[in-house]
Amino acid sequence: MIFAAILAGGIGSRMGGTDIPKQFLTLGDKPVIVHTIEKFVINEKIDKIIVLTPENFINHTIHLIEKHIPNANDVIVIEGGETRNDTLMNSIEYIKENFGIDDESIIITHDSVRPFVTHRIIEDNIQAARKYGACDTVVPATDTIVESINGETIESIPVRDYYYQGQTPQSFNVNKLFNLITSLTEEESNILTDACKIFTLKDEDVHLVDGEVTNIKITYPYDLKLANTILEDIHD
Amino acid sequence: MINIVYRLKSPKFFEESIDEIELDGVIVRPTYLSICQADQRYYQGSRPAEVLEKKLPMALIHEGIGEVVYDSDGNFKSGDQVVMIPNTPFGEDVCRANYSYNSKFRGSGFDGFTSDLIKLESDRVVKIPEDFNPHVAAFIELISVAYQGISKFDELAITPKDALGVWGDGNLGFITALLLKEKFPDSKVYIFGKHLDNLNLFSFADGIYQIHNVPADLVIDHAFECVGSSASQSAIEQIINLINPQGIINLFGVSEYPIPINTRMVLEKGLTIQGNSRSEREDFVGVVETLKQNPKLFEYLEKLVTNTCEIHSLNDLKEAFDKDYISNFGKTILIWKK
Repeated sequence: MIFAAILAGGIGSRMGGTDIPKQFLTLGDKPVIVHTIEKFVINEKIDKIIVLTPENFINHTIHLIEKHIPNANDVIVIEGGETRNDTLMNSIEYIKENFGIDDESIIITHDSVRPFVTHRIIEDNIQAARKYGACDTVVPATDTIVESINGETIESIPVRDYYYQGQTPQSFNVNKLFNLITSLTEEESNILTDACKIFTLKDEDVHLVDGEVTNIKITYPYDLKLANTILEDIHD
Repeated sequence: MINIVYRLKSPKFFEESIDEIELDGVIVRPTYLSICQADQRYYQGSRPAEVLEKKLPMALIHEGIGEVVYDSDGNFKSGDQVVMIPNTPFGEDVCRANYSYNSKFRGSGFDGFTSDLIKLESDRVVKIPEDFNPHVAAFIELISVAYQGISKFDELAITPKDALGVWGDGNLGFITALLLKEKFPDSKVYIFGKHLDNLNLFSFADGIYQIHNVPADLVIDHAFECVGSSASQSAIEQIINLINPQGIINLFGVSEYPIPINTRMVLEKGLTIQGNSRSEREDFVGVVETLKQNPKLFEYLEKLVTNTCEIHSLNDLKEAFDKDYISNFGKTILIWKK
């Protein structure tokens, strides 16, 4: 089976000036999260879409989906966790409890605040996760990357050609991901906030999928303003 | 739903842009696309400045096939292979929809196919069999233009169709000649062109002639002009000289310049001049049926595929257009991975 986990557990501490998590703010005429879920709903290869939100936003999310997305029968809303890994774990546990997963089953994990993800990226994730067991969506780094340990002086400037910026989706073989996450010590679990990093640290290959420069993450108020400006442009 | 569209912003410059589509029709993921001369004229900036200013930014490409992703009405299944119809009627008209001022055309009046997804009305897609060669299926739209011209000609012609002349040794000339041979197996089809290398590829024709070397006693009943540009003038002049009275001159070639025509001889011979542009659903259905019944046609049409380019980035798209521009024969097929 193919599962999608839309990670909407975050409370948006970087957004500022609002108590509403950024995934529920309006982009164009719909909340950001609705735009994101739509991309997965139209992909009929995906069997179940699990949306993970803070507990007090579960009903709100269900109402939004009912209101905006027709034929969203395969969407389930459940509670996310404290950290990204906890949220991810909740989705896997939900899958394990409710569906018989086999060694072929994969999970596409995606930030709810990346509504510009393309169909092509999702398709490439499905293919790569099936073939390689794990993949990460990336774009080549365009800015020079500077390493500084003390935050005051440059330690090194790595060769940019070898560096990419990670986006989402990140997609995995479900059983493999479950086994790796459950093998982490508590200390490792606190440090490893990125699922792909868990794979690389355990010497498992993570395949690269081409992202898009447009696949931006709405993190700061500026991002939402920018995204809204782009959308308003097409409505003129 | 948010959609990413890759538009030509100004000549030779593509950009990503954001669009929104409703989930109330057929949503198709483009797979194989084909560059047309019309796209190339936008890309090169050879359309008049006021046209470019009015139409750009716009996604190019109106020839292509794709895979159905989603259909709100359930007429199509996810994964169905379809050819997309670029002509989009808005309201009824007394003429065919491909000539109606109420129609919009993709890659001309609105966005073409270079995007992540394309939303079309259910009647703007025609299912094609899985075993169709996708490189050829990519330019079914071009074949359908020849098909609709030939269908109209068939209804109009009152004199015999013993000798049919096709002017132009390019893609459209090749396709038109091939369809004529298919539809009128008892007719002789003669090709008139400039480039001997191209003419030699028309091995199915009954005769090939370089335009400066046509036998003095050769006459034709009807003509199909597939030349275009300023060269249309000499082609039409030669057609008028060789055509029998009451023949039909079917014009297909696009020219950016007004073309003078010897109307005195048109009058004297009682000729009919028929313009042809674009095509409609029935033409697409007709082509798909013709190809289903005559799979051998694929062997001939494959000869037209001279460039195949995988498109992963806007730079790949640019390189494909540049490569297409320097090719003097054949179609450039884009395997759409963007």
